[in-house]
Amino acid sequence: MAQTANPTFLRPVSEPEADPGKAITFSTPLALDCGRTLSPFTIAYMTYGTLNAAKSNAILICHALTGDQFAASRHPLTGKPGWWDIMIGPGKPIDTDRFFVICTNVIGGCMGSTGPASINPATGKSYGLDFPVVTIRDMVRAQAMLIDALGIEKLLCVTGGSMGGMQVLQWAASYPARVVNAMPIATAARHSAQNIAFHEVGRQAIMADPDWKGGAYDTAQPGKGLAVARMAAHITYLSEAALQRKFGRQLQDRDQISFGFGADFQVESYLHHQGMTFVDRFDANSYLYITRAMDYFDLASDYNGVLADAFRDTKARFCLISFTSDWLFPTPENKRIAHALNATAANVSFVEIESDKGHDAFLLDEPEMLQTVRGFLNAAANANGIA
Amino acid sequence: MSLRPDLAAIAEMIEPNSRVLDVGCGDGALLEHLKQTRNVDARGIELSQQNVNHCVARGLSVLQGDADTDLADYPSQAFDVVILSQTIQATRAPAKVLEDLLRIGRRTIVSFPNFGHWKVRLSLLFNGRMPRTRALDYAWYDTPNIHLCTIRDFTQMATQSGATIEKALALNANGTKLIQADAFGPNLMAEGAIFLMNQRGGTAWGPIADRAGSS
Repeated sequence: MAQTANPTFLRPVSEPEADPGKAITFSTPLALDCGRTLSPFTIAYMTYGTLNAAKSNAILICHALTGDQFAASRHPLTGKPGWWDIMIGPGKPIDTDRFFVICTNVIGGCMGSTGPASINPATGKSYGLDFPVVTIRDMVRAQAMLIDALGIEKLLCVTGGSMGGMQVLQWAASYPARVVNAMPIATAARHSAQNIAFHEVGRQAIMADPDWKGGAYDTAQPGKGLAVARMAAHITYLSEAALQRKFGRQLQDRDQISFGFGADFQVESYLHHQGMTFVDRFDANSYLYITRAMDYFDLASDYNGVLADAFRDTKARFCLISFTSDWLFPTPENKRIAHALNATAANVSFVEIESDKGHDAFLLDEPEMLQTVRGFLNAAANANGIA
Repeated sequence: MSLRPDLAAIAEMIEPNSRVLDVGCGDGALLEHLKQTRNVDARGIELSQQNVNHCVARGLSVLQGDADTDLADYPSQAFDVVILSQTIQATRAPAKVLEDLLRIGRRTIVSFPNFGHWKVRLSLLFNGRMPRTRALDYAWYDTPNIHLCTIRDFTQMATQSGATIEKALALNANGTKLIQADAFGPNLMAEGAIFLMNQRGGTAWGPIADRAGSS
């Protein structure tokens, strides 16, 4: 049983004109990898375009760590355009004139899906750290329940970058019969030691903030810690070359260094801004939970360490994309997926795109990426008789 | 769209419904042709990202990669046929590449320009400079062809690599011609060659009854 309503957000809506999307609440419990269940639970989601009569044109978009369901429309809290506006829309590579696009907020998130800031029905208060630790597989399980509720059996394509790409891989492994095409971008089949390390720095920054209060903060969240976590993480999304090109050693609103610890350099000011705006739209505990889900992701571990076995039953066509300057999810990690798919004789394409924009390249105007996605989806649509 | 003559000759060697890997598949012309005319399960490897994009848009499954480094990751005997067309002379380690091809494919097809062609020989003899021909139109300092060979050279390497040569075709401007084992002519007269091989246990190289594909 499921009920659809308007989503509730943690922060006030600043853009009343923006479509808030929908939220579906399931009374069926969500069984989690940690052994606990979540019930009831809610998934907030957005859709774009129209589902055709055969229900064969649905594309599921999976968001990254700090993304949300507003992939292609104005964000109701920040007023900013969708995070993948460049990719999704009428006439765009993921063409909403042809495809029915679904994007959900992940379980553990803070944009309307059940997460640590949601009310725990057992206590009447926010879960905080009582919220169960969720995994990428749990996120995908919840998405599958939404796809069921929408009456869609097969997804023409599942795609996403970074943590979104992890979900794509998990979809192909968990629901091989339901994924017709899969396009994991700038991702990995396991989170690397370096990436876990960076996440731990972010978590420690949050937990060291006195406002965190063991996760039991109420309205005033540990903003300083969360901002530092975001600043550190943001550096990993860029590249040395991109930072140098964008900022160099340029000073911020001054002609000389100040011999102090204010934001002398533009790059500092930029990071401060990134940290501050992030705190306005994100929940610190959600950040802990979602980074943990990524850390725990190791698809091969569910298959005795043999990644290829994760894809044994998949009939999906895959298109993997990586970027030359992405050091967070570098090309070899993406290629490792391609090799595993190859070993099972799956249909896989792999493209490495020349870019100096680092991991964030997948969100940006990278013409070669847009072309690859457009070509892959055109071929997918043609092969599946979608006008 | 008509296929380049050497690719058409390769296509003739492919059994319908087979699993094919084209290493250095370019824009996917051969793979698409094989898919449409022979219903093959077509896969490719291609170095150029733009070419990979063309292939993906054609609905082909192609990995951006390099014959020298990426073949090692393929499981053994995973394909019915592995094709390396006009590429072996541009690889860093041709013998290693050929060994990988023979391992990955039940059959391997390799085509290459013949450096023993009389025009090449005469060009070096009379001009005293590195030959530039229609098939090999690069200056010595910017050629991607770092490991050129003659038909005899290739035959020797193939044999040393444990390949059984099932069929060999000489490529000329006006088509292909079957090469006999003991023939001297092709190494002088052919602009290029296509070899169909397997790792072991296939028909030994000799007069071949099946002349399909030769003209």
